[in-house]
Amino acid sequence: MRRRAQWLLWGASLAVYAFLYVPLAVVVIFSFNDSLLNAEWVGFTLSWYRKLLADGEMLAAAGNSLAIALLSSALATVLGAMAGIAMQRWRLPWLPLLVLTPVAMPEILLGVSLLLFFRQVLDLTLGFFSILVAHVTFSIGFVAVIVRARLAGMDEGLLEAARDLGATPWMTFRRVTFPLILPALVAGFLMSFTLSIDDFVITFFVAGVGVTTLPLQIYSMIKVAVTPEVNAVSTLLMALTLTMVLAATRLAPDILRRGR
Amino acid sequence: MPLLEIKGVTRRFGDLVAVDGVSLAIEAGEFFTLLGPSGCGKTTLLRMIAGFDEPDQGALFLDGRPLAGIPPEKRPVHTVFQSYALFPHMTVAGNIAFPLEMAGKPRGEIARRVAETLALVHLEEKGGAYPHELSGGQKQRVALARGLVNRPRLLLLDEPLGALDAKLREEMQVELINLQRDVGVTFVFVTHAQQEALALSHRIAVMNRGRVEQLDTPERLYTAPASRFVADFIGKINLVDVEVTGNSHGHAGLRSPALGDLAAEPGNGVVPGERGVLALRPELVRVAARGETVELRNRFPGTVRELLYLGDVTLYKVQLEAGPVIEALLANAAPGRAKLFKAGDAVTVAWRHDAGVFLRG
Ligand SMILES: Nc1ncnc2c1ncn2[C@@H]1O[C@H](COP(=O)(O)OP(=O)(O)OP(=O)(O)O)[C@@H](O)[C@H]1O
Ligand SMILES: [Mg+2]
Repeated sequence: MRRRAQWLLWGASLAVYAFLYVPLAVVVIFSFNDSLLNAEWVGFTLSWYRKLLADGEMLAAAGNSLAIALLSSALATVLGAMAGIAMQRWRLPWLPLLVLTPVAMPEILLGVSLLLFFRQVLDLTLGFFSILVAHVTFSIGFVAVIVRARLAGMDEGLLEAARDLGATPWMTFRRVTFPLILPALVAGFLMSFTLSIDDFVITFFVAGVGVTTLPLQIYSMIKVAVTPEVNAVSTLLMALTLTMVLAATRLAPDILRRGR
Repeated sequence: MPLLEIKGVTRRFGDLVAVDGVSLAIEAGEFFTLLGPSGCGKTTLLRMIAGFDEPDQGALFLDGRPLAGIPPEKRPVHTVFQSYALFPHMTVAGNIAFPLEMAGKPRGEIARRVAETLALVHLEEKGGAYPHELSGGQKQRVALARGLVNRPRLLLLDEPLGALDAKLREEMQVELINLQRDVGVTFVFVTHAQQEALALSHRIAVMNRGRVEQLDTPERLYTAPASRFVADFIGKINLVDVEVTGNSHGHAGLRSPALGDLAAEPGNGVVPGERGVLALRPELVRVAARGETVELRNRFPGTVRELLYLGDVTLYKVQLEAGPVIEALLANAAPGRAKLFKAGDAVTVAWRHDAGVFLRG
């Protein structure tokens, strides 16, 4: 009886993980397949990657994605840290609501409302800047939550001790608060980066015509067909995201694993 | 001029009066203790001295200058927190250097003073360790060193020994006394442990519900408590309900409803008819076997009901035939005979006429 239950459990988890990872594996495998069709394995090749590197549009999109991801996560880290500190320090009931709503909001809603805001209210030309602002908007909340969790686990007496021993508020931040929340900032930055680099829905609404990002570019390509080139770029994107997640666990293990 | 003067300071939290019209003066070089039960406002008062809180009424003066509006970092007052609050990302040496760095001292001086202070608290070897690598007692020493290194005018210590076990606590008490004497910094020490207060302090302010009940030396607090609260809070004490019957030529009388007339010295200013208690320390109570003759006028027959053997002494609880239970503390001096009496023994309890203190209320 118990054995059967265990087998069932193992079988079920195996099925779930297969469901999650087999499609990803297929994409990776076929990116090295020497055939235009994603149908059967013909032979190993790197030609799709070579083709990718010669594709000007694709490179431009990748460049945009990287620039936006770096900039937006840097900005979101600064602003999110400020929000997180404020949430912890003053315990205002409405502040978490304000900061976290964009996290919980359906992406499509956020995309539409940002589009309306940029076009109707600000009369902004959509492009690099509008994408940047949009990405900052949805990343702040994540950083704020991570920073706040870190502060909540910290002895508040430390900040008083610093003041007591002669540190101005600024020195208290520089010498005590900042070093203690640094792991949270790193984790928040990497999190924002992964969110930004593969965002499709919101970017789709606020990108306009001139500027495109990697996910948008992939989408426009698969409208025609899922070519091995799409597989190749997806594989690269996957590798980058994975690296980021691994870096986050390495650099800020205590945050991602919980506990202090 | 006193080093710190607290004048009529009151601090309210909503309806609760945490500190209620406290006035006291602390002299330079003193080991001053705020003693009182949990919630009596000790920490609140300390936070106002440190600058984390401001009084609603009254004012504080350091060296005669008002402290109002001066932020904590500008006050020459440092604090040793109960939780130690050591910076976890700095080494022991880094923690101790912190106040010197904030004061903008030159590098060479910082290194020298950190080394000196490490030696002062016997942690020469631990300069490079991080706080989480230290034992409770060592953390305590680092917190002390950090508070003292920049020689504040005033060091505030909020129950600094509260987290230590009994033995370590006693060791640290001795070290605290020596340290304070050696560096000459004025200490304001907070505790709710009366023994600790008696052992360490030059003067003690006993606080109750936000007020100072009595401010005195340990000896005076113990032998001449000014109120029932102080008598009860400090040490063990017997309280017998009494009424003043007369006060002529020193040998005034007290009458207890249960024990009848008592020979006592109620002190000056008491008026016949006043009610209160006779406060009697257990170590001033004598216990004799029923057969022995006792010369004292205050003597009452009773039975030993319980005893608590404490090694050097034994605490006897004697049920008097007249009603009250009197506690007596007797030294177990005779070798080979630890206890003088056992439960159920018929005894006589007695005390000298000047043994007790009359307290109103
Ligand atoms: N920030 C605050 N807000 C509301 N009430 C407070 C605040 N700080 C203290 N109190 C209240 O004021 C009273 C005195 O508190 P305080 O911390 O000074 O006591 P204490 O003598 O230090 O006690 P303990 O020995 O337990 O530390 C308590 O009833 C406490 O609940
Ligand atoms: Mg307290």
